Amino acid sequence: MPVTNLLPLPRLAALILLLFARPLLAGQTQVAVAANFSQTMQRIVEDFQQQSGHRVGLSFGSSGKFYAQIRQGAPFEVLLSADSEKPAALEKAGLTVNGQRFTYAMGTLALWSALDNISVQGADILSGGDFNRLALANPRLAPYGLAAMQVLDTLKLTQLTRHKWVLGENIGQTYQFVATGNAELGFVALSQLLARNIPSDQYWQIPATLHQPIRQDAVLLSTGRNNPAAIQLLAFLQGEKARRTIREHGYTLPPEKPAVQP
Amino acid sequence: MLLTDQDWQAIRLTLHLASVVTLLLLLMVTPLAWWLAQTQSRLKAPVSALVAMPLVLPPTVIGFYLLIAMGPDGWLGQVTQALGLGLLPFTFEGLVVASLVYSLPFVVQPIQNAFESMGQRPLEVAATLRAGPWDRFFTIALPQARRGFFSAAVLGFAHTIGEFGVVLMIGGNIAGETRVVSVQLYDHVEALQYEQAHWLAGVMLVLCFTLLLGLSLVQKRAGWSGMKYGA
Repeated sequence: MPVTNLLPLPRLAALILLLFARPLLAGQTQVAVAANFSQTMQRIVEDFQQQSGHRVGLSFGSSGKFYAQIRQGAPFEVLLSADSEKPAALEKAGLTVNGQRFTYAMGTLALWSALDNISVQGADILSGGDFNRLALANPRLAPYGLAAMQVLDTLKLTQLTRHKWVLGENIGQTYQFVATGNAELGFVALSQLLARNIPSDQYWQIPATLHQPIRQDAVLLSTGRNNPAAIQLLAFLQGEKARRTIREHGYTLPPEKPAVQP
Repeated sequence: MLLTDQDWQAIRLTLHLASVVTLLLLLMVTPLAWWLAQTQSRLKAPVSALVAMPLVLPPTVIGFYLLIAMGPDGWLGQVTQALGLGLLPFTFEGLVVASLVYSLPFVVQPIQNAFESMGQRPLEVAATLRAGPWDRFFTIALPQARRGFFSAAVLGFAHTIGEFGVVLMIGGNIAGETRVVSVQLYDHVEALQYEQAHWLAGVMLVLCFTLLLGLSLVQKRAGWSGMKYGA
């Protein structure tokens, strides 16, 4: 075989390497995101990708399933949970990078009715009892559900309304119960109402003083320990631009720059 | 850790639901399966395809559209309200209606196949002996198709027990009313109570295995040949 035939091969190899060079420099990271934060996160990631050149793969789902998957070695490098318990549990299990856990958003609750003949101005409608079904997310599973129950506890309406509760597995399903009119009233997330331009006279934004804060925590997983894309994304998430996007979508933020919790 | 009262309540509710749905389906579906097996009508193909539709749609999607249909603005919701029955979502009755839709193909197809595989010959022979159509149906067709009925009952029952997405959508997770085992199990898993989930899943598996095994043995003792799905 003539030697000259072999010569193009290194050149070809160099060309192929060049093709991969850009993605190697601009990193890639895979992120698991709680379903309620999906729209907000898409916006934030657009900005982040533009600024950094990194690629971010987003998976949306329930935090409980993500927890189970991460424990079984799922290839996520960052988790944006809907609560603070699951990131803490993962940290305890040694699956996270210590010191990289923080509250990226705090949920706001709203009491909403999609029916024209019901106007929701405040808590009166709950004590009035002029409804058959009250939708809330399952307090056992969903932070928004737990907060809704705390609101009812604070208003001393738990006993009065309990037999009317219908529980959504998550806040998305709770929204559907109310949106289809099957439940006349329901506790949903303000972010959901804002995303669908629901007029503000249809819901009552629940004062944060009526329940414990709905903390949504993010965490860097051990798999992302050495990935600049994952680390930079978490930094970006705490930056001014992302925080503004988060507020615009109906969430609040801890007063200071979110500190790492003990 | 053993099962809680809520777990047992969910098990009772699930078995209740599956029994009611299986019984209703067998009653409702037999005329349909008979028609499908006998008819030469051009409607046969579209109706068969329609019956198979619940297999195609993901259960949560079926549940979502049932939620809309049964809601105050949905056609089914209008009907139930006009009849003074109120709204179906978040009730046991609502779960029954939804399960009828969801498990329909699993019950129609084995019965239809059994009727078809019997052929026209026994019916024609009976007709020459002056057996009328009702007589032929009850004394020839039904006994001949018993294996199909058995498979249909087993499949319908098992499929309703395993139902999750539909119930999740229209159930509203009410203890004793709509919180069936699959939902309770899902709740345990989502709440990271894996041990409780393992127990419930284990008990449910053993229970259903025993039940189906028992049925199969009874069927064998009755001299029917073994369980053959869709035959």
